[in-house]
Amino acid sequence: MPRRTDIQSVLVIGSGPIVIGQACEFDYSGTQACRVLKEEGLRVVLVNSNPATIMTDPEFADATYVEPITTEVLTTIIAKERPDALLPTLGGQTALNAAIALDEAGVLEEYGVELIGANIPAIQKGEDRQRFKDVVAKCGGESARSEIIHTIDEAVAAAETLGYPMVVRPSFTMGGLGSGFAYDEDDLRRIVGQGLHYSPTTEVLLEESILGWKEYELELMRDKHDNVVVVCSIENVDPVGVHTGDSITVAPALTLTDREYQKLRDISIAVIREVGVDTGGCNIQFAVDPATGRVIVIEMNPRVSRSSALASKATGFPIAKIAAKLAVGYTLDEIPNDITQVTPASFEPTLDYVVVKVPRFAFEKFPAADDTLTTTMKSVGEAMALGRNFTEALGKALRSIDKSGAVFHWDGEPVAGADLDALLATIGRPTENRIIGVQQALRAGATVEQVFDATKIDPWFLDQIQLVNEVAAEVAAADALSHDVLLHAKRHGLSDAQIARLRGLGTAGEAVVREVRRAHGVRPVFKTVDTCAAEFKATTPYHYSSYDEESEVAPREREAVIILGSGPNRIGQGIEFDYSCVHATLALAEQYETIMVNCNPETVSTDYDTSDRLYFEPLTFEDVLEVYEAEVAAGPVKGVIVQLGGQTPLSLAKRLEDAGIPVLGTSPEAIDAAEDRGLFGQVLLDAGLPAPAFGTARSLHQAQDVATSIGYPVLVRPSYVLGGRGMEIVYSEEQLTGYVERALAAADEAAGGALPAPLLIDRFLDDAMEIDVDALYDGTEMFLGGVMEHIEEAGIHSGDSACVLPPVSLSVTEIERIRRSTEAIAKGVGVRGLLNVQYALVSDVLYVLEANPRASRTVPFVSKATGVSLAKAAARIMAGETIADLKAQGVLPTDRDGTTIDLSDPIAVKEAVLPFKRFRTADGVAVDTVLGPEMRSTGEVMGFDVDFPTAFAKSQAAAFGGLPESGRVFVSVADRDKRSVVLPIKRLTELGFEILATEGTALVLRRSGIPATVVRKYSEGRGENGEPTIVDLITEGQVAMVVNTPNGQGARADGYEIRAATTAADSPIVTTVQQLSAAVQGIEAQLAGPFSVGSLQEHLARHTGKASA
Amino acid sequence: MSTATTDTTVGTASTGTATTAPADAADGTALLVLEDGRTSRGRAYGARGTTVGEIVFNTGMTGYQETLTDPSYHRQIVVMTAPHIGNTGVNDEDPESGRIWVSGYVVRDPARRFSSWRADRSLDAELAAQGVVGISDVDTRALTRHLRELGVMRAGIFSGDALYRDGVRRTTDDLVAEVRSAPQMEGAALAAEVSVDEAYTVEPLGEHAGSEPVATVVAVDLGIKAMTPYRLAERGVRVHVVPATTTIEEVEALEPDGVFFSNGPGDPGAATTEVELLRAVLDRRIPYFGICYGNQIFGRALGFGTYKLAYGHRGINQPVMDRTTGKVEVTAHNHGFAVDAPLDGEPVAPFDGGRFGRVRVSHVGLNDQVVEGLEALDLPAFSVQYHPEAAAGPHDASYLFDRFLDLMSTHRTRATSTTTEQES
Repeated sequence: MPRRTDIQSVLVIGSGPIVIGQACEFDYSGTQACRVLKEEGLRVVLVNSNPATIMTDPEFADATYVEPITTEVLTTIIAKERPDALLPTLGGQTALNAAIALDEAGVLEEYGVELIGANIPAIQKGEDRQRFKDVVAKCGGESARSEIIHTIDEAVAAAETLGYPMVVRPSFTMGGLGSGFAYDEDDLRRIVGQGLHYSPTTEVLLEESILGWKEYELELMRDKHDNVVVVCSIENVDPVGVHTGDSITVAPALTLTDREYQKLRDISIAVIREVGVDTGGCNIQFAVDPATGRVIVIEMNPRVSRSSALASKATGFPIAKIAAKLAVGYTLDEIPNDITQVTPASFEPTLDYVVVKVPRFAFEKFPAADDTLTTTMKSVGEAMALGRNFTEALGKALRSIDKSGAVFHWDGEPVAGADLDALLATIGRPTENRIIGVQQALRAGATVEQVFDATKIDPWFLDQIQLVNEVAAEVAAADALSHDVLLHAKRHGLSDAQIARLRGLGTAGEAVVREVRRAHGVRPVFKTVDTCAAEFKATTPYHYSSYDEESEVAPREREAVIILGSGPNRIGQGIEFDYSCVHATLALAEQYETIMVNCNPETVSTDYDTSDRLYFEPLTFEDVLEVYEAEVAAGPVKGVIVQLGGQTPLSLAKRLEDAGIPVLGTSPEAIDAAEDRGLFGQVLLDAGLPAPAFGTARSLHQAQDVATSIGYPVLVRPSYVLGGRGMEIVYSEEQLTGYVERALAAADEAAGGALPAPLLIDRFLDDAMEIDVDALYDGTEMFLGGVMEHIEEAGIHSGDSACVLPPVSLSVTEIERIRRSTEAIAKGVGVRGLLNVQYALVSDVLYVLEANPRASRTVPFVSKATGVSLAKAAARIMAGETIADLKAQGVLPTDRDGTTIDLSDPIAVKEAVLPFKRFRTADGVAVDTVLGPEMRSTGEVMGFDVDFPTAFAKSQAAAFGGLPESGRVFVSVADRDKRSVVLPIKRLTELGFEILATEGTALVLRRSGIPATVVRKYSEGRGENGEPTIVDLITEGQVAMVVNTPNGQGARADGYEIRAATTAADSPIVTTVQQLSAAVQGIEAQLAGPFSVGSLQEHLARHTGKASA
Repeated sequence: MSTATTDTTVGTASTGTATTAPADAADGTALLVLEDGRTSRGRAYGARGTTVGEIVFNTGMTGYQETLTDPSYHRQIVVMTAPHIGNTGVNDEDPESGRIWVSGYVVRDPARRFSSWRADRSLDAELAAQGVVGISDVDTRALTRHLRELGVMRAGIFSGDALYRDGVRRTTDDLVAEVRSAPQMEGAALAAEVSVDEAYTVEPLGEHAGSEPVATVVAVDLGIKAMTPYRLAERGVRVHVVPATTTIEEVEALEPDGVFFSNGPGDPGAATTEVELLRAVLDRRIPYFGICYGNQIFGRALGFGTYKLAYGHRGINQPVMDRTTGKVEVTAHNHGFAVDAPLDGEPVAPFDGGRFGRVRVSHVGLNDQVVEGLEALDLPAFSVQYHPEAAAGPHDASYLFDRFLDLMSTHRTRATSTTTEQES
C-alpha cells in the first residue's frame, strides 16, 4: 500500500539543544526524516531550537522554526501552520514529551492534528514502569522484582522485601537522569529524593539488583501490517550497572547461542505488539544472568533513540528514514533497501564484521564530580569503529576516542603483588578507563577468571583483550618486525604508534613502523557495509578498513575531495563541526566526488547518503593516510579539508602535508601562525593590533614576577594537560601561589618536580565585552560572516557564553574597527577559508584575544541567523574559488555581510546549555555551576525575534524552560557588582518579584529604596527557631531565580552551596551582571504575552526581497 | 549413517578423511582450493586432512551448532560470513541431528575460549572429534563475494599430511584436480545417505506429554532436523519418522492424519522415488505438508521443474511474503535448488493432465522472487521452501505447523461429513 493521501503536511519536532543523553543522533534522525517526507511531496514544518543542526537548514523543511520547544510556542506554530500530522518519534524524549503535552492540553484535537508514528497509550505503556511490567509478563517475559513508590518512606519500606543493593529509576526521564544504585538506606533516601524531583509524575521504581548481568539491546521496526524486523542486536561489554550510553558496546551480540538470541527476539516482538508501537522504531533492553541464562526485560523506548543511530551506522539500515516512511503509510516490504537497491527493507541485516562503540567522557571538565559510571548517563559523545573481528574494531574504537590514556599500552613494568590486588579492586568500580585497567591486570598475569570476578565482563571479551596482550608480547619479543608479526598485530587492532612503543622506537618510531610495514606489503583493505554480508551487491560505498585480503574501493574518474570530520563529540567540539563538514560535502558535491572520514556514529556526516563515499575510520594520522592512499589509487584526489572538523583534524594538518598530501585551504604554516603565540604576536604587531599582555613561567617565582608586571587579575593556564587542571582567573598573589603550588604538586607526581611545560599567564581584562567574529578570506577579499556580542563579560569561555547577533550595543565605528582588524589578521595569518577571531573591548581598546583559522562553534549559529552558509562558501574557497566568484554565483550576498546591520534585521541570541545537574561529587552533592574560562556546555539554542529582549527570553525558554514570571529572587553579589545590580533589581520589584538577599547585598539594595528580605547564609546554619538558610529555601523550591556573582576565585563556601542547590533544584541562576540585565529584559518580554513565531524561510524571504527590491 | 534423533552420539565423517597432524605441517597451514583455481591460505581448524564438497556460504550470525548438524549440508563445505565462530562453545541441547554433517567448515576467527552457561566443550574440539576438516583465518567476505558472482562450486580443504604427496608439497594444480574429481551436486540423490534406517516415533511433548495425540503424522526423513518433529510434537502430534525408502503401503499402515516430507540434501531432480511416494499420498487425499526438499518434491509431484540457484539461500534473515495474508516473515533458509512455478494466478498443476487440480504460489522470497511456498487448491496439501522449524533462525513462520494441524483437522471433519452425506 503506498503512502497515505490524506496527509499533506507534517510537523516534525526536533530534540532541542545537545545535552548528555540526547546528542546529535537526533539531528541525524530528524534530517533523514525531513528528507524523506519532502521527497514524498509533503509539506514539512520543523521546530527545533538548536541552530547547530543540519535539520534546521532551511532547505530540509518548508517552514523551519528555530523556536523553543514549549507547549505554548508549539501551539502558536500549529495554529499558524495547521499541519495534518505530528511526527514526534524522531526527536528523542524531548519531542515525545512535547507531543504528550500537546495532546494533554487538547491542542492536537483542537487543530485536528493526527499523531503519526506513535500513539499516546503505547508511549505510556512503554514508559510507565508498572504498566510495562504487566506487558512483559503478558508476553511471557520476566521483569526484575520491583515496587513503585511515590515517597521516600515508601521507598524505605520497600527495601525490606527487595534488599540492597537496589536500582532506583525515576519514571519519564531521559538518559537515566536521576537513577542510580542504592547500597544502603542513606543512598536510598538521597537517590529517591532526586528521582522524585526529576520524574514529571513524581514516581520512582525500585527494583532487585541485576548488577553484573550480561546486558543486551535489540533494535526493532514495525509497520502498520504488523511486520516486525530486528535491525540489530547490541551487546554491552560493561555488564548491567553501567548505562548503555556509557558502556563499551558491540554489535552484533557475540556471546549468545541462537536459541538464546531467538528468545530475546521473540520477547521483543511480543512486547512491541503488546505495547502497540504504531509504526517505526523502538528498542528493548535485556539482562541475562551469566550463570543461569535467566532473562529479564529491563526497558523499552517506543521511539528512535541514540542506539537507533548506532544501529543504523552499524548495519547500514537507516532506521530513521524507514521510520518516517512507515509513519506516512508505507510497509517495510514496499521500501527498497538503499544499499542493495534490489531487496526490500523487510529483512534483518546480517553483519560480517564487528562494531565496537566506546563512549567519550568529560570528567576533566568537572574535577569535583564522581567519575563512577552508573545508570545515569555521563558520557558526552562516542566513537564507533568497525573491523573484521572484535580486537581490530576495539583497537580502532579506542584510538578514535582521541584522548590520552584511551588506548591499550604496555609501558613500564606490569604491576605485581599487592599492586595487582589493588588494580583488581580498582577495576571493580566502572570508570572511564576501566578497559585499560582490565588490559593492565591481564597483562600483569591476572587470570580471566579473576578479572571476571572483579568486573563481570564476559570471559570471551576478556580473553580477546588477553589475545591483544599476547600479540603485543609477540611484537615486543620478535627479532625483527617481520611480515607475519606485523600482519598479526594489525589484524588485532594495534596501531603503528603502539607497535613503535612496544619496540622501544623513539618519537619517530611510528614512521619507522609504517615504512617497515609497507615494505612488507602489510596494508589495510577497505570492506563495505552492505546490510547482507555480501549476499547481494552493494551500491553504497560505505567503507571500513581491515587487515584482510580483498579491498572493495571502486575506481573513480571524477576528482575527489576528502573531508575530515571531528570524531566523537566532546565539550568544545561537537555537532557544530559536523554541521560545517556536512555543508562542505553538500557544497562540493557538484564539482567533486566528496569523501567523508569520521568515526562518530551520531552524526549526519556519517550517514552513507551524505557524501559520495564514507570511510568510517579513526581520525588518526595513520588511518587518514591509508584512506588517502586507497583513494589516490582509485582516482584523482584534489586534497584534504582539515579546517572544518575542529581541532582533531586541524592537528593532523602538518603531518599530512609533510607526507605529501595536499591540505586544502589555510596552509599548515598559516595554522601555525595563528596558534603559535610568538608567531601570532608578530602578526598582530605587524598589523598594529593590541593584545593583552602575557608571559610564561616555569616556577612560582617566575609566575609571581610575570603577574606583577602584567597586573592582576591574570588568566593562568598550563600549556600542557595535567590532571584536569584548567584555566583559572587569578585575582591575587595568594591565589596565584595556590594555583602554582597545586600545579607543581601534580607535576611532582607526573614529572618529578619541575613543570613539564610553562604556564601561560595573560592579563585578564576585567569588565570587558567579548566579541566573536566569523569571517571568510580568499587571499584578497574578506567576507565578514557575523559579529557576535557576548552577554557575559570576557573571561567566560565563549562556548559557555550567551551571545547576540547582530551586536546590540556596538557602534558603527566599533564594528568598522572589528572589520578592519579581522581583515588584517586574515591577511597576516594567510587564511584561505574560515577564520574565527575573539576580541575584548575595554575602555575603547579592541584587544585581540585569539584567532582560529578554522570553522568555529559559531558558524552554524551565524549561518542560521544571517541566512548565509559560511561553511559551504568556505569549502568552495578551499577548493580554489574566490569570494568574488561566490558572490557572482549568489552563494554569498553582494549587498550585505555581517557588518551591515539593518534596523529591521531580526535579533538572534545563542544560549549555552550546561550539564551540571548530571554530575555529583563522590558525596552525592551537585558540582559547582560557576562559569569560567573552561568550556563546559554541551550544546546551544537560538532565540530568534525582532528585538533583543524577546530573542533572549526565547533563548532562555529553549535552554532552561523559561525565566520566572513571579516569585522570589535571591540576590547575593560580589562587592564589585553591588552598584551595577541596583537598577535591574529595582525593575524586578516593579515587575512584582519579591527580593531576598544576604545581609551585605540587602544593605546596598535598601539604601536604594529596594525592599529586600534578609535571609540566613548557609554558613550561619538554621536559626534558633528553625529559620531556614538560603540553601534550604532553594532546595525547597521557594526561590524562582538566583542571582549570585562569585567573589574572586570560583568555588567559595556560600556561593558554591547556593549554586549547587540551585542547579539541583533546576531553578534559573544568573552569575554575571550582564546576564542579569538581559534576564530582566527577557522577563519583561515574556510578561508582555505569548511569543510570536517566524520561520527561517520567512526571515530569508525578507532578505531576498530586500536584495531584489 | 546417522540417526536423526536428538541423541547426540558422535558419528563419523563420510567425506572428511581425518589424519593426525604431521610434524612437517606443524605450522598449522591449511589451504582452501576452489574448482576454478582460486586458493586461500589459512590455518587448520578442527580435524586435519582433506575434504571436498560443494562450497556454499551461510549468513547467519547465530546458530553455528544447528547449521553444522543440519543434514541438508551433507557434502557441502560451509563458509560462515559471521567472523567470530565458536564463542558459545558446543552443548548437547542444540544439535539438529546426531552428528555434524557439513563436509568442511570455513571461518575467519574461531574462538580461543568459549563462554556460555550451557557450553560443554569447544567447537574446535568437537570438529576435530567428529573428523570435520576446517580452515580459519581466510577472508570469508572475499570468498562470499566470489561465490555470489560465480555461483557455488566444488572446493576442497587440505591441511596436515594432505598438503603433501610423498613428502613433497602438493601443487595447486594437483589440489584443483582432486577438487574437480569430486561429484557435482546436480543430479546427486543423497536422501538415502542421511535418512534413518529404522522408523522411530516422537510422542506429544510439553503440555501435551502423555495425552492422546491430536493427530498422527508420518514424517518422511530425507534429512530431517530434530526441531521439526519437536514442533509438531509440542502441538500434541504423534510423529512417526520413517526412512526415505518407505512405501505408500507402509505409510497407510500407520493410519496418518497427515504426511510430512522433510528437508534434505541433494538435487530434487534426482528424487524419483520420493516424488512417486508423494503422488501416491496426494492421490489418497492425505493432508500433506513439506519443508524445503519436501517443497521441491511437492513441486515435482505437481509436474513443475526444479532448478539450481546460482548461490542459493542460506541464512536466517530472509524476507518471505505469505501471499494469503500479505504479511512478511523473516525466515531461515537453506536451499540451493528451487521450484520453477508461475508466480501469479492459479494454474492447473501440469502433472498428468491436471490430475492434482489447481495450485498457487503461496509464499515468495522478497529478495529475489523465488518460489518459497506452494499450495494446492483442490487437495489438502501445501509446502514451503524455507524452515518454519527455524533452529537456527527466527520463529516468525511457526504458524505453518498450526496451519498443518488445521488442515488435518478440517480435512478429517470434511472427510467425516462427506462420508456421512454419502451414507444418508
